[in-house]
Amino acid sequence: MASLNTLTYVFIGIGLFFNLVGSFGLHRLPDVYTRLHAATKCTTFGSIFLILAVIVQSAGIWALEGDSSQIVMCIHVVLALVALVVTNATSAHAIARAAHRSGEKPARAVVDDLERKQHD
Amino acid sequence: MNWFPAIIVMAVCIIIAVARIIIGPGAPTRLVAFDTTNTLVVASMVIVAMMTGNRPFYIDVAIVYALLSYVLTLFVAKYIQGDKF
Repeated sequence: MASLNTLTYVFIGIGLFFNLVGSFGLHRLPDVYTRLHAATKCTTFGSIFLILAVIVQSAGIWALEGDSSQIVMCIHVVLALVALVVTNATSAHAIARAAHRSGEKPARAVVDDLERKQHD
Repeated sequence: MNWFPAIIVMAVCIIIAVARIIIGPGAPTRLVAFDTTNTLVVASMVIVAMMTGNRPFYIDVAIVYALLSYVLTLFVAKYIQGDKF
């Protein structure tokens, strides 16, 4: 039980660290694309680890004590994890594409190769 | 297990992201911050479900929130890039 709690605390620590890094990256970086890079990847990774901590805790209690209400929790959390991972990647792609189509330039950019390809 | 400090740190993360929604220049930056906020809210709902003693309906709310915010992000992105609906 003690090792289970230790593993859960380690996962919570990793998840909270990456969520904080992603939130500070929104303020630290100069333009839309770098902010998207920081925020999306760091918060997805951090949320995966936070949800993994919940999975470890509930599955461990179910395995050790035989509490069958924990397995409901575990299955729901896995569904939430699948929804989160799929939707985060797709919406980040959509935001980057929309920002480029709306004429947003990267900070200190000299040449935009993608735009030249569209005009040729 | 003590989940309460985790929810405090998640609240700080959400406040930082919402500050970027308020001050951010332009619509795409605000959309990025909004998407980040939605991810953080889903993760904190899962933590709240564990904190209040194994209530799975908080996680149902988190699943529905993730899917609805995904649809909203796609619609706003399509609006920003100037498509017709």
